Amino acid sequence: MIIEGPVIKFGDKIDTDIIIPARYLKYTDPQYLAQHVMEPLDPEFYKKASKGVIIVAGKVFGMGSSREQAAIALKAAGVKAVVAESFARIFYRNAINNGLPVITLPNSTKEIDENSYVKIDVETGEILVGNKVLKGKGITEMALEILQAGGIMEYLKKMQTVNRN
Amino acid sequence: MSAKTLTEKILSRASGKDVSPGDVIEAKVDLVAFHDLTGYHVIEVMEKANMIKVFDKSKLVIAFDHLAPPPDVRSAEIQGYIRKFVKSEGIPNFYDINYGILHEVMIEQYANPGQVILAADSHTTTSGAVGAFAQGMGASDIAAALITGKTWLVVPQPFKVVLEGKPAKWITGKDVALKLLGDFKADYFNGMTLEIFVKDPLSFPMDYRATVSNMGIEMNADALMFIPDQETKRYIKEMRGYEPELVTPDNGAKYVDEYTIQLDEMEPLVAAPHSVDNVKVVNELEGTPVDQVYIGSCTNGRLSDFEIAAKIMKGKKVKSRCIAIPASYRMFKEALERGYIQTLVDAGCIVTYGTCGPCLGGHFGIAGPGENIVSTSSRNFKGRMGSNEAKVYLSGPAVAAISALEGKITDPRVI
Repeated sequence: MIIEGPVIKFGDKIDTDIIIPARYLKYTDPQYLAQHVMEPLDPEFYKKASKGVIIVAGKVFGMGSSREQAAIALKAAGVKAVVAESFARIFYRNAINNGLPVITLPNSTKEIDENSYVKIDVETGEILVGNKVLKGKGITEMALEILQAGGIMEYLKKMQTVNRN
Repeated sequence: MSAKTLTEKILSRASGKDVSPGDVIEAKVDLVAFHDLTGYHVIEVMEKANMIKVFDKSKLVIAFDHLAPPPDVRSAEIQGYIRKFVKSEGIPNFYDINYGILHEVMIEQYANPGQVILAADSHTTTSGAVGAFAQGMGASDIAAALITGKTWLVVPQPFKVVLEGKPAKWITGKDVALKLLGDFKADYFNGMTLEIFVKDPLSFPMDYRATVSNMGIEMNADALMFIPDQETKRYIKEMRGYEPELVTPDNGAKYVDEYTIQLDEMEPLVAAPHSVDNVKVVNELEGTPVDQVYIGSCTNGRLSDFEIAAKIMKGKKVKSRCIAIPASYRMFKEALERGYIQTLVDAGCIVTYGTCGPCLGGHFGIAGPGENIVSTSSRNFKGRMGSNEAKVYLSGPAVAAISALEGKITDPRVI
């Protein structure tokens, strides 16, 4: 799976209260959530993201709450993938379960500049920036199967069909 | 088979094979739980997939806490939707708005040593207090676990923490959680579990353990477990009338690293805005004006928190607004019988029970722009308790109570 787009950068510890504040959690409609994504840091983010962007961030992206709306909102706003130094475990799973690719890359914020254009191989984790190739950690094993199936519930349906046959 | 840590022992049993850190496994789950705010999303996922089927009704626990009592029509609608599910599916373990916070319900009534517990809330780690491998997950993962009774996991690297000595005056579980966050920072334990060994089990009671386990997620640990001991036995016997079987690590089990905390040398700690790992000794922040204090939540809404607050507030009046919320009906009633609630009310606090409201900026105490909040809850992220322009300081009950009385951040050691 190859994904490409311009980069919007964030720092370390982007938490779920930043990605989607708790007051919006009474809803799950992706379009509604998208309008409020990253609101505490940048209320205009969803407009910038709407053309399809790749987020590059630092440590433990998505730390905090288990709210799946964080991944749903990012994807609905137009974020095609998130590249970060590390991810919070729950967010990582929520991203996979909602078809949002997540790539781990040490020193990501130093290696990739804001507004640069990147091309990512989601499985190998290879990131092409200009003529530089960065070696990240892509999605492997069970997580890849879930992502390819279109989320955990789709994966489950597929498994049930396989087991029945 | 080599000597196993608690993590490896629990996950080997749950997956039916001999596991090591890094393995991707499919584990059986012993308990699954959700609350109102995440629960409707879980049911929605199941409905959309046309798989409304719970693998074992007796293993699902539901408690209303985030939207309790409902602050608006949408919240009432969400709760109504879940009540309908409870009725149609015949779910026996259901706690409506009059019982308490899910994680407190779990340790009081359900969690046992050695179990794998999943819930649709990040603070599920709280059940690690009794030695369960407990993780929060999103709505889809919880829906899948509810249907299959299983989940997939990457076996984490176990890290050992030893607590030595007796806690110094006013030192409780919160200070230990903040010390780990301050010393290691919020990203260090990513992909690891913490296993905490208490050298003198009775010196560090279950209330304190629950606070530390609760904040395991703030350390970004996969789980934070206290190695079950006689305090675990005492607690479960007192709460539920039976003695649990203890699951403990083998002698000589291998950890990635080990860290010792001397409880008798600790000082009261505070996490300054806007990060849980921005930890300072309380006297570095002394004098910071405080508009509102919050004592409660799944982090610090237990009896010992109210005992400490009552001790400090007895016969005095608060200068800051103070909201106090015991984590469950049981905690509220006990605090009432012991006179703690009376003391807090006399001091000018608002006391109720059964809601997460202020902690997540939901309702019942939203922070306004420019306000400083001292909170015993788990997070001080920007905008967490309301306004993006509010500042949240996290502390244990002693710092919170004395700061409410003085109207500014105060070191409790002056008492």
